[in-house]
Amino acid sequence: METIILFAPLVGAILGGFGWRVIGEKGAMVLTTGLLFLAALLSWIVFLTLGDQTQHIHVLNWITSGELDVSWAIRMDRLTAIMLIVVTTVSSLVHLYSWGYMAHDENFDEGKGENYKARFFAYLSFFTFTMLMLVTSDNLLQMFFGWEGVGVASYLLIGFYYKKPSANAAAMKAFIVNRVGDFGFLLGMFGLFYMTGSLQLDDVFSAAPALSETNLDFLWGSWNAVELCAFLLFVGAMGKSAQLFLHTWLPDAMEGPTPVSALIHAATMVTAGVFLVCRMSPVYEYAPHAQTFIVVIGASTAFFAATVGLVQNDIKRVIAYSTCSQLGYMFAAAGVGVYSVAMFHLLTHAFFKALLFLSAGSVITAMHHEQDMRNYGGLRKKVPLTFWAMIFGTLAITGVGIPFTPIGFAGFLSKDAIIESVWGGTGAGYAFWLLVIAAAFTSFYSWRLIFMTFFGRPRGDHHAHDHAKESPWVMTVPLVVLSFGAIFAGMIWYNVFFGDHAKLVKFFGLPAHAEQTADAGHATTGEAAQTGEGTHGATPPVPDATMSENQAEAELMDEAKTSPDVGVSTAVIKYPGVAPQGAIYMGQENEVIDKAHHAPAWVKVSPFVAMLAGLLVAWLFYIKDTSLPKRFAEAQPGLYRFLLNKWYFDELYERIFVRPALWFGYQFWKKGDEGSIDRVIDGMAVGIVPTFTRFLNRMQSGYLFHYAFAMVIGIVGLMLWVVLNGGAN
Amino acid sequence: MQHLLSIVIFTPAVAALILALVLRGGSPEADRNAKWVALTATSVTFLISLFLLAGFDPSNTGFQFMEKYSWIMGFQYRVGVDGLSILFVMLTTFMMPLVIVGSWNVTDRVKEYMIAFLVLETLMVGTFVTLDLVLFYLFFEAGLIPMFLIIGIWGGKQRVYAAFKFFLYTFFGSVFMLVSIIYIYFHTGTTDMPGLLVYEFPYTPVHILGITIPGGVQTLLWLGFFISFAIKMPLWPVHTWLPAAHVQAPTAGSVVLAAVLLKLADYGFLRFSLPMFPVGNLVVGPWAMWLAVIAIIWTSLVALVQTDIKRVIAYSSVAHMAVVLLGIFSGTQQGIEGGIFMVVAHGFTSAALFLAVGVVYDRMHTREISAYGGLVKRMPAYATIFMFFTMANVGLPGTANFVGEFLILVGVFQVNTWVALFATTSVILSAAYALWLYRRVVFGDLIKESLRSITDLSTREKWIFAPLVAMTLLLGVYPDLVTNIIGPSVTQLVQNYHDALPDNLLSDLVEH
Repeated sequence: METIILFAPLVGAILGGFGWRVIGEKGAMVLTTGLLFLAALLSWIVFLTLGDQTQHIHVLNWITSGELDVSWAIRMDRLTAIMLIVVTTVSSLVHLYSWGYMAHDENFDEGKGENYKARFFAYLSFFTFTMLMLVTSDNLLQMFFGWEGVGVASYLLIGFYYKKPSANAAAMKAFIVNRVGDFGFLLGMFGLFYMTGSLQLDDVFSAAPALSETNLDFLWGSWNAVELCAFLLFVGAMGKSAQLFLHTWLPDAMEGPTPVSALIHAATMVTAGVFLVCRMSPVYEYAPHAQTFIVVIGASTAFFAATVGLVQNDIKRVIAYSTCSQLGYMFAAAGVGVYSVAMFHLLTHAFFKALLFLSAGSVITAMHHEQDMRNYGGLRKKVPLTFWAMIFGTLAITGVGIPFTPIGFAGFLSKDAIIESVWGGTGAGYAFWLLVIAAAFTSFYSWRLIFMTFFGRPRGDHHAHDHAKESPWVMTVPLVVLSFGAIFAGMIWYNVFFGDHAKLVKFFGLPAHAEQTADAGHATTGEAAQTGEGTHGATPPVPDATMSENQAEAELMDEAKTSPDVGVSTAVIKYPGVAPQGAIYMGQENEVIDKAHHAPAWVKVSPFVAMLAGLLVAWLFYIKDTSLPKRFAEAQPGLYRFLLNKWYFDELYERIFVRPALWFGYQFWKKGDEGSIDRVIDGMAVGIVPTFTRFLNRMQSGYLFHYAFAMVIGIVGLMLWVVLNGGAN
Repeated sequence: MQHLLSIVIFTPAVAALILALVLRGGSPEADRNAKWVALTATSVTFLISLFLLAGFDPSNTGFQFMEKYSWIMGFQYRVGVDGLSILFVMLTTFMMPLVIVGSWNVTDRVKEYMIAFLVLETLMVGTFVTLDLVLFYLFFEAGLIPMFLIIGIWGGKQRVYAAFKFFLYTFFGSVFMLVSIIYIYFHTGTTDMPGLLVYEFPYTPVHILGITIPGGVQTLLWLGFFISFAIKMPLWPVHTWLPAAHVQAPTAGSVVLAAVLLKLADYGFLRFSLPMFPVGNLVVGPWAMWLAVIAIIWTSLVALVQTDIKRVIAYSSVAHMAVVLLGIFSGTQQGIEGGIFMVVAHGFTSAALFLAVGVVYDRMHTREISAYGGLVKRMPAYATIFMFFTMANVGLPGTANFVGEFLILVGVFQVNTWVALFATTSVILSAAYALWLYRRVVFGDLIKESLRSITDLSTREKWIFAPLVAMTLLLGVYPDLVTNIIGPSVTQLVQNYHDALPDNLLSDLVEH
């Protein structure tokens, strides 16, 4: 069944993409969409019937070279199952939605035989396939296959309107910036392979404890092996998930059609980085410094992107920065070691962000591809269904709910859980406050979007407003389905991801000892938590297990030192134990989640207050007194431009990377290759060349040509004769 | 079959001989016949070489299909293949029919053109399988002549300059190899390669002109061979002949040059540098790796600013060959296997890319990037193929190139993390120049008047690309097809290499 889920989209992509001339464009659309719904259905079955044990399904051998042995294989556990439903559900809805959105695209001239629909659907299905390869992978290399595969799909879909120079530029930028991240991912894999002799997830996980006590020589220094690899892998995650410094491609990626933005640049692909960190939790648990780095980057991104989102006017760009910001939240949660909450937010975010994007797409269709919110206004009567869908999305992302109860929209539960977790992990410090402030900003820009689009008086081209009408059912049905997700996903899954420790342990298939510590945590109640120190230190560790682990490690290290490896040694560490059980791993000392549960009331209520503040200001600015934003911008022109220009990251990168690269390239070419190297060598040859030129003149007349050939053929003939003779003898 | 290997070597030569002696050139029928003879000969050669592959026993790391006859002046004609060389042979025989089909539209001196390519095939296969140093040198050098003629006669406007540049560079390099070979002959009294492979050349330091050379004779011999191969490869800073040659060469010439001829150097590293002169490799190899690192970054940046499509691909070729060198010189199982894998993968990809340039050049007679733009509208099939190989060229997982690149970098990382770090930047830089080229040629709106009537791939052209696409994908998804063949031989090579390095070698090198 897992294999069908995995390959159904691929079949759709190939048949739809290459066979549409036979089955017709409509046929390709039916085929790809149908297969995706099949995959979604099966994914839900898998999700709901998943057992405790991690399953490994071998598909085919892949790379075998010496110690390196990697297969195409599926790993089925809770983490995979969550991603399966996220990916296939959103993808199938987006396929359906695209029937309407892509029906008559003005970027193509269908009259002149510019067929684009089959291509679009094939790309979408291809993307889904590679994304599924990424999330089902049983080893890092296959994950990298999916990782790059989604990158290509993203490149193709961002550049889907290939006639637009801006789309082509954005596509290239996305691919290349992602490659910068991949650079880190690759080095991380090299390091892990060098140390453990394997890229199999289980092998790497089981080696992590030993790795944390080993150093790896890398570049100028000697680093803690696990910290280094964890950091390098995270660089990959930063690229894919558009974290600060490698985020510049995501806003530009909005050049792609809106369904693409919903699927790839909101719900699925960009969350791959978060997935990677959660998947590698057994490694990150031993890398506290890398974790700290993740928290800082995550929180900074959440804040940075939210500030930029405050002032953008393109409806899609607002949502894009919002995505960037929300991804920062997820990383913050993963960084403090509460991977389940990161996954929780990933899940709820997939629903409400896809909803927001698809609603925005619906608005854009209604407004004849106008994307500037300054030309919207008063649309709630024109597109009522879209309006309500967007309201639900906004309620979810801003985190509306009843404080101190697990009742609220999806984002209320997952985002508050993150903020509480970050408080539990790092206290009321840098990350916590940035996230709370970002929550206020989130609320502001989300409501700003709603107010500018649906309220007030119509602005801009009145013609577009007059003709605005609700989208067809293929577009509204996905909105309805996702609305349910945005409303209920949080409440349904709150307990298994965060709320109830026992259920969480069962849900993720964690071993019993985690349950014990959890019980201990509960037994000590709030008192211990308030002092900030659980009683886990006092809880006697399971003696046998720890002892044998230590012994095994010691033996292993001895073995590593004495192993008679030839030349360079690989496989320094092969941990004889087994990989930790369960889809995620939280070390025995990891008590953040308990602390978060017992966070003081002001911590728990702070995101709610921030949300209200953001809403209030948005209301003041865009409903009460609509001249306020302008006055504000005029009062602070520097700040306004700074935000509007996205902190000048693009300009900075242009100066320090793009232009120098071109300059060096040009110098190397003109001054290096042609100026120096060629001149030296040509100079040496200058005496010979005239002779040779005369030579060649004769050659071209044909005589010498024949001589040369005669010579070569002569030699060859001579050898041939020898062979034949020898054969005769 | 006792003579299978010789049959593979000489079938094209026999066809060339028939063409030269029997066919009178000039008339259209004669041209057609010449093409068909060449196509038949190369195809038959490929089919016969498949028997070679089928009969090859990977677990046997020695030479197989050996043949041995005495030749002139006491030298021997001696051939055989092992796991290191067989794929080079297969790559050559696989590519040649495609090259012939790719030159179906040649109109100038067709007979001679076909003869040149057929002779070239014999010489290239001969280089890969010969087990005698003198014969190796002959094959290696004789290959220059047909290639020189191909560029110099059927090339572009500046073909004379390019042909001489090509010839002088490579000829210059081979002088050093010749000196080394002569020394080896006088020192050991034999030119028998299997014998030399187990011979231990002295490595005590020698003093020349007051300079102490660590590794002594081994280092010098290593250098002699290396200079020749480095120019052939080509390695920075002696790479400038390649872009010139590629730009001027006819499409088929570029294909052979990139897909096979450059690989002679990689084969040389595998056959001579590592196993025969391990100490020399230990002394100088790290420097060569740094040259390769410079090559990767330098040529990638240069590729970024080119205005000629073919030059972009030529520079990209230089960068990728440098990656291969890194893999081989890492001396690790993964590195060397990756190196051979990359040779095969780059053979397919670079060939396809040069063919792709040829497709538009045939139609528009220009290679200026600025003359194109928006081809996807008129040429969707072409755009798809070009995209596929662009992605293969940047090493996308799922293509053979990724497997090669990944294994190489894994191997290099074990030896030197600095080198690995810089070499890995190629994943970023290659994406930059390859995608930018693609964007300017294929994407955008089709506004240039001259392109309005450009036609998509013909059936013939599709059939040239089809096998290349199939192989690139197949080896990318199931690389065991290759690694199973080369694995044991590479293991043997790595083992021998490290065994040959004496204990406490470094102190030896310094103290003497």
